[in-house]
Amino acid sequence: MQTATLAFDLLLSAALIWSAIRAITVADLFRAVVMFIVFGLLVALVWARLDAPDIALAEAAIGAGLTGALLLDAVGHLRAIQLVREKKEGRR
Amino acid sequence: MTLTLTPSLVYALTGALLFAIGVAGLIVRTHLLRKILAFNVMGSGAFMVLVGLGQRAGISDPVPQAMVLTGIVVAVAATALALALSRHLLLLTGNMHLPENDPDA
Amino acid sequence: MTAMRALLVILLCSAFGAALVYAILQLPPQAVDLPQQVSANIDESGVAHPVTAVLLNFRGYDTMLEVAVLLLALLGVLAGTSVEKRRRAAGERPTLPLLRGFTRLIVPLMVLVAGYLLWAGSSMPGGAFQAGAVVAGAGVLLHLARLLPAWATPNLMQRWGLAIGFLVFLAFAALPALQDGSTMLQYPLAWAGALILLIEAGLTLSLGLLLAGLFLCLSDDGMEFEK
Repeated sequence: MQTATLAFDLLLSAALIWSAIRAITVADLFRAVVMFIVFGLLVALVWARLDAPDIALAEAAIGAGLTGALLLDAVGHLRAIQLVREKKEGRR
Repeated sequence: MTLTLTPSLVYALTGALLFAIGVAGLIVRTHLLRKILAFNVMGSGAFMVLVGLGQRAGISDPVPQAMVLTGIVVAVAATALALALSRHLLLLTGNMHLPENDPDA
Repeated sequence: MTAMRALLVILLCSAFGAALVYAILQLPPQAVDLPQQVSANIDESGVAHPVTAVLLNFRGYDTMLEVAVLLLALLGVLAGTSVEKRRRAAGERPTLPLLRGFTRLIVPLMVLVAGYLLWAGSSMPGGAFQAGAVVAGAGVLLHLARLLPAWATPNLMQRWGLAIGFLVFLAFAALPALQDGSTMLQYPLAWAGALILLIEAGLTLSLGLLLAGLFLCLSDDGMEFEK
């Protein structure tokens, strides 16, 4: 039983580190934000594992949900500006 | 190793590694949105160290948990403020890189 | 950033990470036993859940000043909001019937869940921050379904709603001090539970408005960009 929970913890930690690295290094910005939301949900799992249900609720709602929504809104804003710029350059 | 590998220790170590990864991402990447992502990764790493080390005796410690709860909400407000500032920079200069990192200059 | 500098930074951060790991492994056992101190005094705090007691009573200053910091962040976001948004371009918008129907179904349930989380915070995991987050989520969902317009600036009622959390907290923190001459944030023992619930209710309203407002101030609302 001890080794099973330890294996779960190590697996979760590896997933955390991998999703964090991917969020920072992926070329496409939209994919980076999606990986960040995945990272946020995995951190919520970590809080549940660490006997901290209050933080798990707050992290899932605020850390992953609201921050993810803010970042996705920013990515959409950037894409809209990029489209307007390309339209202008296409006209010229 | 003087401490046994309890779950809280595993996550505290993971938090330390995440913090280091966040610092590297903050310095290396030049796009402002990626800097904000790296900053949030740093924040999550720091929170994991706080709660993980608070629990290393075995009992869950409510004081670091309250601090981290405060920290999560302040981190989202800081992210929103950083996004507002970077959008304003986009409006003024036309790109999402700091002036010294500008690829067009 | 050139590849050589990036590699150097990554190497240095790896060394930094290794140093942090070594430091954590070398930590001595805890000197102060905080959980035991919290559970020894929890009957005087007015709530049964230790995290809520720490957040709203033992470390109440931190929470009160945190709400002030959040208000400052919202002010910063409002200050950076482009003036162009105040002249809103009325373009045609898709109606999104499925999202609207789902939102109309879900938002009342979210408000109910927020009320439950607020109530449950005294004895179970929950409390003002989680309830405020659910209220903010309802606000964001309403905006995404285009049932709630984006904020250019908050109107008078919204401003009162934003301020009331901090004001209620400050009032209940300062009133005992003004009356008895005792220190701030010392709730009278018989009223502690009710006071904490009242403060948390104000905090839920303020936090919900604030977190939703952070999103609504930054949102473009589907505007066309004329530059």
